[in-house]
Amino acid sequence: MCLAVPGKVIEVEDRDDTRMAKVDFGGVVKDVCLAYLPDIAVGDYTIVHVGFAISKLDEASALETLALFESLGIMDEEFGDQWGRAAAEAGAERPAGTESVA
Amino acid sequence: MKYIDEFNDPDLAKRLLDDIHATVTRPWALMEVCGGQTHSIIRHGIDQLLPSQVELIHGPGCPVCVTPLETIDKALEIASRPGVVFCSFGDMLRVPGSGKDLFRVKSAGGDVRVVYSPLDALKIAKENPDKQVVFFGIGFETTAPPNAMTVHQAKRLGITNFSMLVSHVRVPPAIEAIMTSPTCRVQGFLAAGHVCSVMGTQEYPALAERFEVPIVVTGFEPLDILEGIRRTLKQLEEGRHELENAYARAVPAEGNPAARAMLADVFEVTDRAWRGIGVIPGSGWRLSEAYREFDAEHRFSVGDITTQESSACRAGEVLQGLIKPHQCEAFGKECTPRNPLGATMVSSEGACAAYYLYRRLGGTPAPAREAAPVG
Ligand code: SF4
Repeated sequence: MCLAVPGKVIEVEDRDDTRMAKVDFGGVVKDVCLAYLPDIAVGDYTIVHVGFAISKLDEASALETLALFESLGIMDEEFGDQWGRAAAEAGAERPAGTESVA
Repeated sequence: MKYIDEFNDPDLAKRLLDDIHATVTRPWALMEVCGGQTHSIIRHGIDQLLPSQVELIHGPGCPVCVTPLETIDKALEIASRPGVVFCSFGDMLRVPGSGKDLFRVKSAGGDVRVVYSPLDALKIAKENPDKQVVFFGIGFETTAPPNAMTVHQAKRLGITNFSMLVSHVRVPPAIEAIMTSPTCRVQGFLAAGHVCSVMGTQEYPALAERFEVPIVVTGFEPLDILEGIRRTLKQLEEGRHELENAYARAVPAEGNPAARAMLADVFEVTDRAWRGIGVIPGSGWRLSEAYREFDAEHRFSVGDITTQESSACRAGEVLQGLIKPHQCEAFGKECTPRNPLGATMVSSEGACAAYYLYRRLGGTPAPAREAAPVG
């Protein structure tokens, strides 16, 4: 959760008067709030923390970081099945109702 | 033990390490503040590649680890109530409270949900007007603006069944507390990059000046960390103590002004207890008066909490850099990620978890430093 992950802005729209984007993190696409980086446009790279774009980043650095995070399993930690991981760590059954990732 | 060919640019890593080895003439102790950096350091064996005189002290910058036990217990109590949907980031699920954790609350039938973003929790509130939806708002300055925006939106959109259990912490007061502690050994800091992406760097020159410590804003990737260490050691050897930004690609000096403005509107500075460490004056944020109605502590009366910390756990000393995780008696024995006694053993940022995952010492003291493969 503490990490911020770079991604590419692939779509921008206003929702409830708030600028939102779809951001592609090397294949995983998430809704991201652009309220703190209003000038960002489709095609730009941004560092995203818990669904908020916080800072712009150049493409080369972004791709490098993404490749590194992918190879270290960090992308899965960030976007993967949190209940499944917690259950595995606890050596316990996953709680009922957590079968879907969210 | 990892080797530099595992770095994404081994040549650059070798050059940085060579320079570090050529620079250092005497012992230095540096603290990396951020738990994400600690994990990167231990995972890549960076501490073992440094000259033997350089010690890395792991700092308290893991928000999951420093969230006060009392707040965790309040979270568990609120999450157990009928009619409540309790939303949290995934890394809080197994943080031990006094006896249980959110994972077990969920297993016992509580409606605990993992969200990626605080806005997801707000959406759940919108879609479930008959439920009370509570979001566990923890984190440093990087996470505070998203949470601030979420509360701001709740107010603007009139989503009154949403509230937040807030336990935000701030880095600069922690640096001050570390530097004024009588046991302090820290001579230089790697400051947390993403915190500065939001806050900028202006809080740090005064600290560097006052305590005569170099503070170098540093990223999280192995090469970033090597560069941060290199620049800190250079300053120390040259007798300088300045703020430097070694992570300029993501940290503008002014930070993110829009985020800072939102923080100033939604939160106010407060004293905050850090788990295992105690109260650090001015080190936290809570919701400001105008947003108090969205404060879960306000909405749910959760008095009468008797906290009980494991008596074996020395996480407070670990978080202050006084001991290394494996020096705790319980490390790898009574305390493992499966059965954590302290929060530092569960979090993906906790120092005990980092040592357990990447440096299986099985409770024995660290082996003597192996010769660094370069330098
Ligand atoms: S090893 Fe476990 S018991 Fe020891 S300090 Fe770390 S979390 Fe606490």
